[in-house]
Parts: sequence; C-alpha cells; structure tokens
Amino acid sequence: MSALDAVRVAPATNPVSQSVRDSMVVAKRNLIRMSRIPEMIIYGLIQPIMFVVLFTYVFGGSMQIGSSTSAVDYKNFLMAGIFAQTVTFATASSGAGIADDMHKGLIDRFRSLPMARGAVLTGRTFADLVQTALTLVVLAVVALLVGWRVGSDGSTDAGRVLAAFGLLLLLGYAFTWIGALIGMSVRTPEAATSSGLIWLFPVTFISNAFVDTSHMTPWLRHVADWNPFSATVQACRELFANPGVSPSDAWPMQHPVWASLIYSALIIVVFRTLAVRKYRSATA
Amino acid sequence: MPGAIYAEGLVKTFGDVRALDGVDLDVPEGTVLGLLGPNGAGKTTAVRCLTTLLRPDSGSAVVAGIDVLKHPDAVRRSIGLSGQFAAVDEYLTGRENLQMVGQLYQMKAKAAKARAVELLEQFDLADAADRPTKTYSGGMRRRLDLAAALVVSPPVMFMDEPTTGLDPRNRQLLWEVIKRLVSGGTTLLLTTQYLEEADHLAHEIAVVDHGHVIATGTSDQLKARTGGERVEVVVHEREDIPTASEVLRGFGKGGTTVEDHMRKLTVPVTGGAKLLAEVIRELDTRGIEIDDIGLRRPTLDDVFLSLTGHVAEVKDEENGKEAVK
Repeated sequence: MSALDAVRVAPATNPVSQSVRDSMVVAKRNLIRMSRIPEMIIYGLIQPIMFVVLFTYVFGGSMQIGSSTSAVDYKNFLMAGIFAQTVTFATASSGAGIADDMHKGLIDRFRSLPMARGAVLTGRTFADLVQTALTLVVLAVVALLVGWRVGSDGSTDAGRVLAAFGLLLLLGYAFTWIGALIGMSVRTPEAATSSGLIWLFPVTFISNAFVDTSHMTPWLRHVADWNPFSATVQACRELFANPGVSPSDAWPMQHPVWASLIYSALIIVVFRTLAVRKYRSATA
Repeated sequence: MPGAIYAEGLVKTFGDVRALDGVDLDVPEGTVLGLLGPNGAGKTTAVRCLTTLLRPDSGSAVVAGIDVLKHPDAVRRSIGLSGQFAAVDEYLTGRENLQMVGQLYQMKAKAAKARAVELLEQFDLADAADRPTKTYSGGMRRRLDLAAALVVSPPVMFMDEPTTGLDPRNRQLLWEVIKRLVSGGTTLLLTTQYLEEADHLAHEIAVVDHGHVIATGTSDQLKARTGGERVEVVVHEREDIPTASEVLRGFGKGGTTVEDHMRKLTVPVTGGAKLLAEVIRELDTRGIEIDDIGLRRPTLDDVFLSLTGHVAEVKDEENGKEAVK
C-alpha cells in the first residue's frame, strides 16, 4: 500500500461548502442533544419569564421613564431590555456545552477528523441560535400576556418588529461566540457556566435595559451609552415604537440600528477568530 | 523505507515539563507497537503529536506515508483515534454517533448511515443501536468509541489506553476486536499501562519513561534482556527453608532470594524443564514437602523494573493528566 492508497477519503472539493456542511452536521448533533435534555430549555425559559413578571409588577410603579412614572410605560419600556438580556444568556449555555465536549474528549475526536476547523464551534453556535429563537418566541408571548404592546409610543409595522427580533438574534449569536471562547478556555462545564454568566450582569445592568440612563451619574451614563448591549436595546425600542428611547448625544444612541449591527459583527469577527484559534491548539 | 508510523526526535515541552524528550518510533506496516509506560511517561503526548492534535516543538513524524507537520489534514483522513476517554456523545444514540462521525469523515449521509449499521453489527451493538449511549455500559461505550475510530477503515490506528477501566471480560472482548483488526492489515499504535496487554497484543514494545523510549524489542527480547528464567519454590514448612536453599544453590546460576513470610525461594537458572525435574527429585530425596514449584519467565513488570530502576508505578489520574497537558 502506498501513501496515496492510504488516503481513502476524498478531500472535500470546496473548503467553504465543506465548512458549511460540517457545521450543519455538528449543529444537528447539538439540536438532537438539546431535544433530549428538555429541562435545559425549560430552565432557560423560567429565568427570563421570572424577570418579566418581577420587573413588571415590582418595579413597574416606581420607575420613571422620561417624565412618565406610569406602570404601563415602564412595562413597554422594559421588554426590549429583557429580550436583549435573555439572548445574551445563551453565552453560558454555549460555553458550558463546549467545555463539556472538551472535558469528555469529544473535541479531541473532532480534531482528529478531517473536518473543517471552525465547524465544531460554528455548529454549536448555530444550535444555540435556534434555542435562542425559541426562547424569544415564548418570551414574546409572555410579554404580550402581561400587557406589552408594540407601537405604544408612535407607529410601527410588522417589518420593523421583525427587524428588531433580527437584531436581537444577531446579538445573541454574537454573544455565543464569547461563550465559545470561554468554553474553550476553562476546564469544566461548571466553570464555563459561572464565568459565562457573572460578567453579563454588569454588562446588562450598566445599560439602558432596565432604567432610564438619564438618571445615572454622568460617567456611568457614558459607559451605558457606549455599551454595545445598550445599542441593541435602544434599536429595539425604536423599532417597537416603545417609550423611553434615550435622547443621548452618544453616537450609538443616535444611530442604534447601525450601532447594533456594527457591534454584533465586530464581536463575531473578534471572538470567532480567537475561539477557533484556541480550538486549533486545544489540549483537553 | 520508513514504516506506517515513523517518528524521529519528537520533543514537546509544557512549561518546565519535558513531556517528550526526543522520541523515535518506527512501526512497520501491518504490525502493532505497544507503547508501554506509567502515567505521565509521555505516551499520550506522543499519540497526540502523531494524530495532529498537538504540534511537537521539534522532530518529525510520518504517518501512512504523509508528513504529519506539513499535511495534518491528509493525515487525519488516514487515521483513526480512540482516545483515553470513550469520546461519544452520551445523548446521541450509538447509531447517531457513528453517522455523525462518518459524515465528518466527509462520507455522504447515505454511506455514513450504511456504515453505521455495519459497525454496530460488527461490534455487537445492534440491539442497543437506538438507545442514547448514556444508557450503555462502560464496555459498550468503549466498543462504540472504537467503532467510531474505524468508520473509514483507516490504514493506521491509534489507541490510547483502550482497556483502562474495563472489567476483565470486556478487556478480553476488546482484545479480540483488536486482533481481528490487525489481522486485516491495519497498523496499530497502542498505549497501555498493562504489561500483560502489551505482551498479548503487540508485535513490538517500546518502553517509555520520562519522555524517552528506554527500550524497544519484542516481548521475548525484552525479557531476555532482564535475564533468563528462574525456579520458584514454596516449601510447606518454614524450617525447611535452609535445606531447600542449599539444594537450589546447587542448581542456580546466582544467589537465592528468600521471601520468608511466604516460604518462597527463587533462583535464576538455565536448563528449563529438565532442570526443574531434577530440582523436584532432589528436594524429594531430602524429604522436603513443597506447596508449589515452577519455572518462571520474567514478566514485563520485571523488565520495567530492571530498565527504569523503579516499578511501573501508577500515579493518580490527576497527576497523570497534568503531566500530559
């Protein structure tokens, strides 16, 4: 047998189509997995639903949005923030999933196969995106049930509402790449879950998600205005025509849709590069 | 011409630890090399370098005729790897796991499906094919892992401690599978801490310690290096030990070792079974009652001891893992 005979598996014709195909195989694997652990999805839903209910009824009457202290206005203000926070929490599950694969030796197996180098992580992030989309649908229904309405502060249309959900999914997808990097960097799934969540609290709270930033001290407000997370929240409020769109002069607050797109794209490029590099040299 | 697995001067360091300190290997096509050594000796690191998972700091390696450092992708198409852990997705069924691996080896979905059926049959997993693998026993999971490594019938296989943690029955089963595989022409590099396993499966053994290959040869050659055979006697009465010792001295080629508490005497000899018969006759003549007597050949444990100066100690799992990181 010569060296040439040894290569029995035909090399893929096109690296891009191979990459897409491999990513889909891995995404399918992760989706099957998720469907067999339904409790993960359920628990993933309980937290945002709890946030919707608690924030609406506990904070609802005491929050000032612009010049209004009405509970109805706060409810309509709040939802964009909760949606955005929820999609970023996918970071933890994607990180934990990848850390688990490392831990169990699956990453080694994948790395010894003639498959596209980014496919394991891309497949995982695709599967997480599907889960995020499902979560968003359920959450939107709950939000409607507690009285959230789009167009409450002006007019909007279905296209704008869908665009807002598109931005949310893009943000969630970008954050799963941060999770992928965390998952590749820590040793245990437990560490990935906690390190995937802890930093999300300051990121989502020092923002316009739950309060009107005009009541913050100036330096904190500055941070909040430039927080990538705030851009998506602001964009959603604008597209939903919900109250509380921040009148700040900061560029991301003035052009929130563009800012949201640019931030998410930037996060994907940076963290995908770092995570895939880490994957290539991973040692379990 | 170099063998199906060939390595020269592989070095890999992790911080201060020199996990591989110039490893040379040459495995002729169709044979089995047993890489034998304690945890932390560098076995896993060697496998990881040869399977493209890890880039060595220096040295070169050729697997299935392909340069590992220059064409890692081509190497990955020609090898199968079964690592230390059964790397299967526990929430997927056996069938789904094998199909996924097949597709990632770039098989078409239909071909991957057919191959999965074949392998499940061959590895005696057909009945469990549609159960999630977390319901499998350790032995079944190991078999599935091995099946996954064989999806494309790779010409070169690597197995890192394939039977660690298996009960004797499953170990036997796995040994049978490995033998069948090798008789089909596959070249195999197998790491193990079990001296018996290397003895049983490998055509050639490379003993590794502290990142070096400290000896290579067939099992018999290695044993011959440690010295020949010896006679072991267990006497029935403790007071017979001095007399027995005197008898053995007459036949032996060296000093007699006495393990008092076990009433066991050992002496190196040459002369085989014929000599053993004479020893028995002589002991009988002197009226010494014996519980056990035998001609023992050195075990690989003895080999390891004489080569390294220490027994093949098994460090605890965590330390072993640290050392290969």
